[in-house]
Amino acid sequence: MTRVVPLRRPWLWLGSAVVAIAAALLALSIYRNPNIQHGVILQYQFAPAILAGLRTTVVLALLAALIGTLLGVLLAVMRLSASPVLRLASGFYTWLLRGTPLLVQILIWGNLALLFEHIGPFRTNDLLTPFVASVIALGLNEGAYMAEIVRAGIIAVDRGQNDAALALGMSHPLALRRIILPQALRVIMPPAGNQFISLLKATSLVSVIAGGDMLTAAQNISSANLHTIELMLVATFWYLVLTTIASLGQHYIERRLGKSGVGIHATS
Amino acid sequence: MRPPEPGRPMLRAQDVHKRYRHEEVLKGIDLEVASGEVLCLIGPSGSGKSTFLRCINHLERIDAGRLYVDGALVGYRERGDCLYEMHPRDICRQRADIGMVFQRFNLFPHLTVLQNVIEAPLKVRREAKAEAVERARALLARVGLADKADAYPSRLSGGQQQRVAIARALAMRPKLMLFDEPTSALDPELVGEVLSVMRGLTEDGMTMIVVTHEMAFARDAADTVAFMDAGVIVESGPPEEILSHPRHERTRGFLARVIGARA
Repeated sequence: MTRVVPLRRPWLWLGSAVVAIAAALLALSIYRNPNIQHGVILQYQFAPAILAGLRTTVVLALLAALIGTLLGVLLAVMRLSASPVLRLASGFYTWLLRGTPLLVQILIWGNLALLFEHIGPFRTNDLLTPFVASVIALGLNEGAYMAEIVRAGIIAVDRGQNDAALALGMSHPLALRRIILPQALRVIMPPAGNQFISLLKATSLVSVIAGGDMLTAAQNISSANLHTIELMLVATFWYLVLTTIASLGQHYIERRLGKSGVGIHATS
Repeated sequence: MRPPEPGRPMLRAQDVHKRYRHEEVLKGIDLEVASGEVLCLIGPSGSGKSTFLRCINHLERIDAGRLYVDGALVGYRERGDCLYEMHPRDICRQRADIGMVFQRFNLFPHLTVLQNVIEAPLKVRREAKAEAVERARALLARVGLADKADAYPSRLSGGQQQRVAIARALAMRPKLMLFDEPTSALDPELVGEVLSVMRGLTEDGMTMIVVTHEMAFARDAADTVAFMDAGVIVESGPPEEILSHPRHERTRGFLARVIGARA
């Protein structure tokens, strides 16, 4: 019998060994580190304050994603409209919100009372609680990014689809809702999933205006007990749980979209 | 062929002009299609045939002239000396009565065959679902695709997709059917099945305007053949006259090229 001998790859083995040893040493040094008290991590991992912050983080992300998606569709449609004013307005919005740091936007919304003491008959600080300011700042920022994602999705749908819908007597909005957007979804979903994961993590920025999210909660605790690293590890764990769930969800949705045989070029 | 029924014309085009930026694509089209008549539009590519078809249901705006379908001005309202473009809602209502079949089928890939056919009856005409489904199944049976109702378009051959597209257009009970090179994107062996469905429609007395390169179809299915070149209708008349005894040099040249290429 002839024997098949695979190519020997000594460097690959050596490289893998170096990475494995480095990872083991890092893990060991954290585990053995006298400055980390593992008991503290365990004590706070499921503490009510942290869990309340976790809930706020999730609600913040979901609300901002909802606002961002609706706004994104609106901005994308404006960007593709026949009116130069609408196109310009949408472009300006994206330019402004994408071109400035989210942290700055959050600080502006959180401190809006310094600019306008009253909004209508209401006191700005009563209306824009840290949570509301956080939702607005994240949602508006998300909208700018979603606009570009949705626009790319709409453009990817064959023009003949719009022709066919209009020829059947559909109005533009009906054609968009029933024919164009469902097909655009396949192109929109992968970057929108990334965008949502990025948003989950960006919620932590609202801790600068005491937005009440998980990082706010962790910092409140650590500023009292001075176990900064332990509480950051507690938060890290929960952020990883959230982003993992979001990744799985994204994967599942993309697979379902792929199943129905929906293809942009499927009819050609 | 059966003689065109008397009465008002289904389509009346008067001096229709269309320009894209610097190029005039339609340079004054005058045309009448009687109710029940089948008109085949032939001509070299770029002659404006498809553009004219798209003007008939206002997918393209015209720059001058008038288009009437079933006596109603398409896309505009005339008041005094002015033409006012219609509200989109009214344009939709007009389009719903005009069926259109495209070169590249343009079925909705995210919907099944049946859903493709009932979508507009449900959402535009607001028909009851049971009724729409029943009629859709009858139409699919008529185009020979009763067994494909639950398939997605990507699972069908080009010929089958085009037959679904015809059923989809018929589901709106149109007064007029427009066909934009319905067999040009098909493999040669699939052309026949689509043409035979279209022949069936002509026998039912459907008014049809067909942009086509299928000279055999034009010869035996059309009441009138019109030859278009460079944005004008060069000549039109009964198929026998235009296809066998064309009067214009341009028509002769075109037919020689087309028939030469087929032989």
